[in-house]
Amino acid sequence: MSDTVLFALEAGLNGLTVGIMYSLVALGFVLIFKASGIFNFAQGVMALFAALTLVGFQTGQVPFSHLINAIFGAHVSDFGFTMPAFLAIILTVVVMVLLALLIERLVLKHLVNQEPIILFMATIGLAYFLEGLGDIMWGAEVKRLDVGIPQGMSSWVDETTYNLFGYGFYIDTLSLWALLIAAVLVTGLVVFSQYTKQGRALRAVADDHQAALSVGISLRFIWVLTWSIAGIVALVAGIMWGSKSGVQFSLSLIALKALPVLILGGFTSIPGAIVGGLLIGVGEKLFDFFMQPVIGGATENWFAYMLALVFLLFRPQGLFGERIIERV
Amino acid sequence: MFDHRPDAETLLEVNNIEVIYNHVILVLKGVSLSVPKGGITALLGGNGAGKSTTLKSISGLLKSERGEITKGSISYRGQVLDGSNPADQVSAGLIQVMEGRHCFEHLTVEENLLTGSYTRKDGRGAIAADLEMVYDYFPRLKTRRKSQAGYTSGGEQQMVAIGRAMMARPEMILLDEPSMGLAPQLVEQIFEIVKRLNEEQGTTFLLAEQNTNVALKYAHTGYILENGRVVMDGTAKALRENPDVAEFYLGMSDKGRKSFRDVRSYRRRKRWLA
Repeated sequence: MSDTVLFALEAGLNGLTVGIMYSLVALGFVLIFKASGIFNFAQGVMALFAALTLVGFQTGQVPFSHLINAIFGAHVSDFGFTMPAFLAIILTVVVMVLLALLIERLVLKHLVNQEPIILFMATIGLAYFLEGLGDIMWGAEVKRLDVGIPQGMSSWVDETTYNLFGYGFYIDTLSLWALLIAAVLVTGLVVFSQYTKQGRALRAVADDHQAALSVGISLRFIWVLTWSIAGIVALVAGIMWGSKSGVQFSLSLIALKALPVLILGGFTSIPGAIVGGLLIGVGEKLFDFFMQPVIGGATENWFAYMLALVFLLFRPQGLFGERIIERV
Repeated sequence: MFDHRPDAETLLEVNNIEVIYNHVILVLKGVSLSVPKGGITALLGGNGAGKSTTLKSISGLLKSERGEITKGSISYRGQVLDGSNPADQVSAGLIQVMEGRHCFEHLTVEENLLTGSYTRKDGRGAIAADLEMVYDYFPRLKTRRKSQAGYTSGGEQQMVAIGRAMMARPEMILLDEPSMGLAPQLVEQIFEIVKRLNEEQGTTFLLAEQNTNVALKYAHTGYILENGRVVMDGTAKALRENPDVAEFYLGMSDKGRKSFRDVRSYRRRKRWLA
């Protein structure tokens, strides 16, 4: 095989693993959008907040320590112990569920039956609030996140490809794990929504709020449920991105990349979020690889949005979006 | 068929309720009615008379449409309903079938039916048995159980909506405008099933209908609403024979059929009560 093909293949594979990160964020969007018709602008910040909280628990940081020190003149910073990763993850899940409860209680409950744009504005407010809360609780410095997922070059991929093609691919082990975890997560979500009573109720609410109310499904419970699940998905995304590039506030910006992913995959489709993420990940790497000699680099910044535009023109419901059922 | 059963106990009592939407629009101006256990009670009247609002006040769906009961009370089996949470009513045995079917379009017919059992706690076996019971009443749904509800016909969707309510094992069903948009033959079919459910399962019905003719054929008692007030009530037989009802709602009079324009001007002159 020629070198160009091999390099393109490697770029594509790396794109696949970047794409799965996009998918994870997009997945949280889809879940909330399906269940409540809310476009949750805060999804990216939720990932950031979850990652910050996880690091905080793991390293035994005292929450609000800067605030406490400033007010009481104390000098607390950490509890002086570290927590095993799995315990910290469980605690973070609890925090995300509590957060979902609070969001429902303080925001959503009061905005029932309002225009989607009003709910959207509320989530923008929520995004800024969470970003500030994360900052004040855990501090703004870049943190290292390590929950024990192996990192660095996968020697297995390197050796295998070297034996096959005479050229070893460089693939990050972390990315392979991300693929696996995303697959497990999606399978779990699909099984939950298709085969359980609460999953069915969730889909019922997505279809028709009023009718769901009329059969006795509690909207408030379903909303807490979806926001909790979205919080957990955000945690997974936060762990992946955090392990890769450290927990920093630019993490919330990846939410913007999830937007074209959603347009590609369809706002209402779980598999769509995954496939859309992968397509964008692979697409931008390959586009960059082939077009770099022609138009220069840095195409990754805009390729996804251009692709989204094309989709909006020709297939606005996305690849897997729900067909709008119209009876004649 | 019995037309009147004075000994039947009252299941639902609506006591002089007033309903306001969005804090400004007064829709019900003091509606009172009582529904006897085991009967079919019809709620009749034209567009905007307040039929659906009355049903929604009872089932608790009012609040999610920004409506509010500002006066009066509703009691079910002697207990006052606070009307804030429809799930409470469903668990108590009172469920509404909404106007315009409101099926879950992307769920299959069977999944739609199963959502009706959401509040039940009596186990999978009982729910599966009831699913079979629903299929017995609506054999057509069994053949379409795996299709997405959004792709079924209007009549089938109405069956899904009623079947879904039956899955909650209700004591009483509030049926809003079951004839809407259906062919006359299908309307009769739906009402036959309502009658069978009433006789075989003992389900009490309160149904809102614009199709006065069909409704009075199947109901035992009826109330006529106009402009947010009850203007007349009585047994179905008495209402059928009332000359005003015959003229206003059934379009008949001793002078033969009238043009709609005449009826309207006549109605403007002669008001019901006020």
